[in-house]
Amino acid sequence: MSKIGVFICHCGENISATVDVARVAEAAGKLEGVAFSTDYKYMCSDPGQTIIKQTIKEHGLTGVVVAACSPRMHEGTFRKACSEAGLNPYMCEMSNLREHCSWVHDKSEATTQKAIDLVRTLVEKVKLDKPLFAIKVPVTKTALVIGGGIAGIQASLDIANAGHKVVLVEKDPSIGGHMSQLSETFPTLDCSQCILTPRMVEVAQHPNITLMTFAELEKLEGSIGNFKATIRKKAKSIDESLCNGCGLCTTKCPTKKIPSEFNTGLGFRTAIYVPFPQAVPNKPVIDKDHCLFYKNGKCKICEKVCPIGAIRFGQEDELVEIQVGAVVIATGFDVMQPAGFPEYGYGKYKDVITGLQFERLASASGPTLGEIRRPSDGKIPEKIVFVACAGSRDPAKGIPYCSKICCMYTAKHAMLYQHKVHGGKSFIFYMDIRAGGKNYEEFVRRAIVDDEVNYIRGRVSKIYEENGKLIVRGVDTLLNAKPVEIEADMVVLASAAVANPGAEELAQKMHVSYDSYHFFSEAHPKLKPVETNTAGIFLAGACQAPKDIPETVSQASGAASKVTILFSNDELSRDPLIAVVNRSPAPLFSTCVGCFLCASACPYQAIGEELITDRKGNVIKRVAKVNPGLCQGCGTCVAFCRSKSIDIQGYSNEQMCAEVIALLNNE
Amino acid sequence: MKLGFYPGCSLTGSSREYNESLLAIAKEAGIELCEINDWNCCGATAAHNLNKELSLSLPARNLAIAELEEMDELVVPCAACYNRLVMTQHELDEDSTIKAQIEIKLQMPLKNGIKILNVLQFLEKHIVPRLDQLVKKPLAFDVACYYGCLLVRPQKVMKSERFEDPMAMDAIMQKLGAKPIDWPFKTECCGAGFSVSKTEIVGELSGKIVRDAVNRGAKAIVVACPMCHSNLDMRRPAIDSYLNMKIDIPVLYITQAIALAMGLTPQQAGTQRHFVPVNLPVNR
Repeated sequence: MSKIGVFICHCGENISATVDVARVAEAAGKLEGVAFSTDYKYMCSDPGQTIIKQTIKEHGLTGVVVAACSPRMHEGTFRKACSEAGLNPYMCEMSNLREHCSWVHDKSEATTQKAIDLVRTLVEKVKLDKPLFAIKVPVTKTALVIGGGIAGIQASLDIANAGHKVVLVEKDPSIGGHMSQLSETFPTLDCSQCILTPRMVEVAQHPNITLMTFAELEKLEGSIGNFKATIRKKAKSIDESLCNGCGLCTTKCPTKKIPSEFNTGLGFRTAIYVPFPQAVPNKPVIDKDHCLFYKNGKCKICEKVCPIGAIRFGQEDELVEIQVGAVVIATGFDVMQPAGFPEYGYGKYKDVITGLQFERLASASGPTLGEIRRPSDGKIPEKIVFVACAGSRDPAKGIPYCSKICCMYTAKHAMLYQHKVHGGKSFIFYMDIRAGGKNYEEFVRRAIVDDEVNYIRGRVSKIYEENGKLIVRGVDTLLNAKPVEIEADMVVLASAAVANPGAEELAQKMHVSYDSYHFFSEAHPKLKPVETNTAGIFLAGACQAPKDIPETVSQASGAASKVTILFSNDELSRDPLIAVVNRSPAPLFSTCVGCFLCASACPYQAIGEELITDRKGNVIKRVAKVNPGLCQGCGTCVAFCRSKSIDIQGYSNEQMCAEVIALLNNE
Repeated sequence: MKLGFYPGCSLTGSSREYNESLLAIAKEAGIELCEINDWNCCGATAAHNLNKELSLSLPARNLAIAELEEMDELVVPCAACYNRLVMTQHELDEDSTIKAQIEIKLQMPLKNGIKILNVLQFLEKHIVPRLDQLVKKPLAFDVACYYGCLLVRPQKVMKSERFEDPMAMDAIMQKLGAKPIDWPFKTECCGAGFSVSKTEIVGELSGKIVRDAVNRGAKAIVVACPMCHSNLDMRRPAIDSYLNMKIDIPVLYITQAIALAMGLTPQQAGTQRHFVPVNLPVNR
């Protein structure tokens, strides 16, 4: 005879404001097999848990139903409390009265009735619960970090310095990411490369870090503690172990006019190239799309000039499998190409550029060696206009969210311009100035007061060319609220920060969730900002949402610390909610007939075969067997099994049936 | 397929030539336009500023009649009428309660499924595919395509990404042999309703548009809205006085441009009705 305890939580007022919790407790108390029932304001609090523990001991409960929030929130909490009171933790289950009832319905009789129904069905299920024991799995203490920008670099270094192995995978030929493209950084104006490149070198030299550049994640299998990652190392067309990075090949390559990605199209590179002089690794790759030999079979000049014979034409992509225990996604962001704003003339007028392009113009390593010269004719612009929110905060045409970094970098751009072009005039059209950050507001004030940048509160309606000038038409919404027209020599659009083009595909490969803008979703917006909904996979940097360098670095260290916490265990406990093939006494042994439909249906290759033998070793029967290390408990095999021989522990067919019948038996 | 036609008040008055040229090119292309029986005012600017229910029921009545007459598509050449009709359809789609109220008011059912076409959408769908055969006298000169405000808005209904820099009219003019200039003033305000109350504002706003079109070498401005046309054409004296010079660039409805390119006479295109004489460069 079951002795079930039912504990109804008010969740403050989250549940009790719409559901009559006292009546739910009263109704539950009358159910067959229920030995105790009560309600309490905060079941998850210490006194709440104490009620559960004491009741288990006093009444000798055989099962517990906690009717509260989602099991995602507190199942672990209550199972732990139950096990402390001596009850098998898997005999405790949660009925979701908050997300499934009180939050989605108005206060009414029907809402309370639904709550009673939900509790009743779960009581029937718990009656059939059997004690289960957690599965122990070993932890592979190697982390995979995807993306070699500042987020990936920071996370890799932190994990590696804690003594664990790291594999850092970067899709471009060099690590460094967007930060390596930046000129100087707000709010201190320290040179981006000066603070970044030492870190890049540290990554390359760290004994615990294996660096794979020009490589991408192909596949990720397994689960927390034991992932198997397949990495595609794209063919660089060189022998990396031989190449010493002398760079002779890049100086002799005849294809010299390829727009440089690193210089955002403002400079050129060759077909065999190192993206920038401070690249790590400082070894070239061949761009097959532009290389003359790959295009029409002639040239091979690089091969001729290479003093050590390191060029490898015909080299193929290589797939490498690695075992890792945790993954940090640090794939960063992209800058929106303002094609949706034809009225701003980006792409039509050479001197209308994006903020990232301005970074290259202002950078000492850029195409103009840091002089602010406009792309069309190389002249120094005497009047420059910055347009903030070019695409951001624009639900009609761009994206509704704030890109967060533009207010600050635009202030920095105007400041750098004023420092470099004496007597120049700069204007910033803005909606609001969002300078929330340490020393950020002071930085913007410096731009306005010390550097005399003209801030105009209003938006730009259009930009067009007239007599060699860019006419910027906008409005000043302050003072007289008048239309403004500025004859500028150059315009910089602070175009929105958006997710990387491949983000959605990558998220699907790793089974992590992402939002409608294709930024990866954190597990909880406040309390789990670096975790994803998939255990063992963490987030760092702007792949989660636009963010600046300090915030990115903090999050990366946060993700790294989550990884090292995970790696501090030698083994992990996994919920035993996995499939099992039934076994019964001889002569049946199992209802399984060995058709192995289940094996063909299993997405995790977790089903193998088991041979049942007699004492002499003769095979009597061939049945399916589930590998508990691989099974994820998805239940596909259960649906496929024709003889109903497979069940998910804790979610058996019998239990599901009992729940449905309980629902149908609504008095 | 039955093609309905809602002229609206302007096309029976100040912009008769728009109506005449539209019907003329439809006839050339062998397309029958069936005028909605007993159509009424779209509500114009007044209704939606004063009374929401009235502003929806006026256009809704026209839509309901069009449905009863089993029209599949409805051509609405006036940009303002088009805006009111399409907004009504959108709002009634969004709110079934209001739709039910309006149906009671009209005492007519409203499925709200008719496809409403503005003049550019009509031309693109029904005239442009036939243009290759019909263009007899290509317009070999530079034109400025002026869209104004209402043709491409509201964005939430039109779903256009290029509402600040539309290209539909430019594409049609190219088909006629003309060269549309790259023009930043396409959607600038012409002064709209100030035409009546504060003509000098129209003089300034339309003046800037006309001046820039001339400066960039256009020989004609092409429009698709009665209000734009009257401000750029009829208000030319106010424009001239703002600019302190006389500007004689003609303003054509796009339907007139098509009619001329089809080889129809100026009378068939109705160009004699303009205030600014339509003197176009001789073809070829």
